Amino acid sequence: MVNWEYSESVESQDIVKIKDKYQNFIDGNFQQPNSKKYINTISPSTEEVLSKIVISNEKDVNNAIKSAQMGFEKWSKTSPHERSKYLFKLARLIQERSREFAVLESMDGGKPIKESRDFDLPQVAANFFYFAGWADKIDLSWGAKSLKPHGVVGQIIPWNFPLLMLSWKIAPALATGNTVVLKPAETTSLTALLFAELCEQAGIPDGVVNIITGDGTTGSLLVNHKDVNKIAFTGSTQVGKSIQKSLAGRDVGLTLELGGKAANIIYEDAAIDQAVEGVVNGIFFNQGHVCCAGSRLLLQESIHDEFVAKLEKRMQTLRVGNPLDKNTDIGAINSKEQLDKIEGLVNEGVSDGGKIFQTECELPGNGFWFKPTLFTDVQPSYSIAREEIFGPVLTTLTFRTPQEAIEIANNTEYGLSAGVWTEKGSKILWTADRLQAGVVWANTFNKFDPASPFGGYKESGFGREGGRQGLLSYLKAES
Amino acid sequence: MNNKTEAQSIKWENILELVFDSRIDSVGLNERVNSLATRSIKKESKLDALNMIVSMCDLTTLEGEDTEGKISQMVAKAITPNPSDLDIKNVAAVCVYPSLVSIAKEKVGNSGVKVAAVSSYFPSGQVPMESKLLDTKYAIESGADEIDIVINRKAFLEGDYRRVYDEIVALKEACGDVHLKTILEVGDLKTYENIRKASLISLAAGSDFIKTSTGKLSVGSSRQACYVMAKAVLDFKNLTGLSAGIKVAGGIRDAKDAIRYLVLINEEMGDEWLTPNLFRFGASSLLDDVLKQIKKLKTGAYQASYYFPRG
Repeated sequence: MVNWEYSESVESQDIVKIKDKYQNFIDGNFQQPNSKKYINTISPSTEEVLSKIVISNEKDVNNAIKSAQMGFEKWSKTSPHERSKYLFKLARLIQERSREFAVLESMDGGKPIKESRDFDLPQVAANFFYFAGWADKIDLSWGAKSLKPHGVVGQIIPWNFPLLMLSWKIAPALATGNTVVLKPAETTSLTALLFAELCEQAGIPDGVVNIITGDGTTGSLLVNHKDVNKIAFTGSTQVGKSIQKSLAGRDVGLTLELGGKAANIIYEDAAIDQAVEGVVNGIFFNQGHVCCAGSRLLLQESIHDEFVAKLEKRMQTLRVGNPLDKNTDIGAINSKEQLDKIEGLVNEGVSDGGKIFQTECELPGNGFWFKPTLFTDVQPSYSIAREEIFGPVLTTLTFRTPQEAIEIANNTEYGLSAGVWTEKGSKILWTADRLQAGVVWANTFNKFDPASPFGGYKESGFGREGGRQGLLSYLKAES
Repeated sequence: MNNKTEAQSIKWENILELVFDSRIDSVGLNERVNSLATRSIKKESKLDALNMIVSMCDLTTLEGEDTEGKISQMVAKAITPNPSDLDIKNVAAVCVYPSLVSIAKEKVGNSGVKVAAVSSYFPSGQVPMESKLLDTKYAIESGADEIDIVINRKAFLEGDYRRVYDEIVALKEACGDVHLKTILEVGDLKTYENIRKASLISLAAGSDFIKTSTGKLSVGSSRQACYVMAKAVLDFKNLTGLSAGIKVAGGIRDAKDAIRYLVLINEEMGDEWLTPNLFRFGASSLLDDVLKQIKKLKTGAYQASYYFPRG
């Protein structure tokens, strides 16, 4: 027997050219911002400074909105067929430069290259292709005379899937004739700025896509701007609530895609080995930085011990480390702030009485890391069973009957997604019918398709992204 | 390598529940197997893998045209896979028909290469039990170190699992200490549930190894089948404490594919299984590709086939 260790297989960074400092992309070009305030954007896996981005101020937001207004004059009158061509061009360019985007995404955000290469980028391209196809078919679906674009859409996206969330926002907005001012998260702005270069390359008309960087203050300026016609936000429930308050009483459209605490229900008649894989994928995909992550494992009591034993064994094989290594399964936690939050909740889980299992992996010295973690002996009242941890931490609860599984699964303020595992088809349908969640996956987890609408119940938000329903989020009825 | 095995027959009643509890989701299974195939094995880890593959090879010829001359060629290759690189050690075994066992045995001498014989009327197994026993006993008396039998697919597909089990138990008894590999012929079984059931039945009946295929069908081994068998071996170990081996055979032609099997075994079963005692490749053309890859890693040159002696 040999001790077979996989040698490092690191994706080259040479393909990516990062500027020392970035400006905002407004009116079709990179412009000197008014704000003098810059922050470092770092690689969470090395803590190395990659570049500087500007924290845009009120004047910068004004400029971006003004540019989007002027852009809207032309874009809303551009024929749907032409809009479609632009979107197809973006889709093709994304495919052409997908390795470059994937490497940059992993450097800036910490996710494993395997995921940015095999999941994020193919999904990004698929979204542009999908909505490109819709652009000239909207009137076939609803009658375009009664549906109009909102106008200028402010879009604020999170740091977990930076480019993918950009594509979920920009592609449908442009297809329906809106123009956008998009603000990426302050820890992961680089792929959005590279996308701005792509817009130049594709010849997207000036003012149609505007990208400004900044933190929560910039986001708030965008939300509160008098000339914004719609806000689309993906992020935390806390921020989502404050956005909704700010917009109350104003004629501004709003869609919110917020947090989650999804139940992944494993019945005793599930295909156990595949369920173990699905549970691992459900919570450890993208370091658990997934709003629809299957963070609550609901196990039928009769299979609890067998399942946990198999799960722990499987978790032990997860490879944590350098996001650019092609064999890495789990990369870096996105920021120090997020790591602190995860550690805080995990400590609470231990002091509440949860039994903790962590894998025996070695963590790199620099950067932000957290070992894959499983909690058992957890009661539904513990904070680890209620709050969104947004990290590689899985909480196990048990149930006795399908009825009880439903009660526990729905016993949360969230309702974004859920998973059901059983080989019995009728039980899948019975369960899915009763789950209060926007997406229910059966015998799989974390599957996405641009044609399938995505969105939440309860405090997970409202409005749908993706599919025909996703177009409606960017159109409003007019008499 | 130790031929004395820990495998023993488990009572039919004790395995029933596990056999009939076979539930596999093919979508999830494919996803996992495909995801393991994206592992990037480079540099030293690749060389380690290639050397492991050589040591796990059962160099095989199972043709009506096999002669003493052919067996001599193959054994020479088995003992010294590449005469221009003596760091490469011998393969695990040569695999032949019963009538050629004695000659193969004589040629391998004390090289460490085992002689495996296919028996029980390989590949169809469509004869009475007495004939299967006779075939197997003949191979053992001729000196076979290992016996590769086929399961009774007729009985299996008719739902007579008990008969499948009983036949293997009888053949295991005939084998005694001789290493028993049981071929499931996954290409005949078709579904993952069938592969799992057949695996568990074969393991319970006392097989030291379970093996994917005869190599005589157009559908040979697959990483999916190997995965199902790996899970069955692990579940069987959980139940009984016994560690059985897996042999993949049929259609594994290049090093890249073989490395993917090793990754699967490594990550699903652990490195405990990365030994010729518990994992084998049945192959004829695989070995040359592995030798070429080793040469390329060591020298940077991808040599033509004629640099490697025929087997």
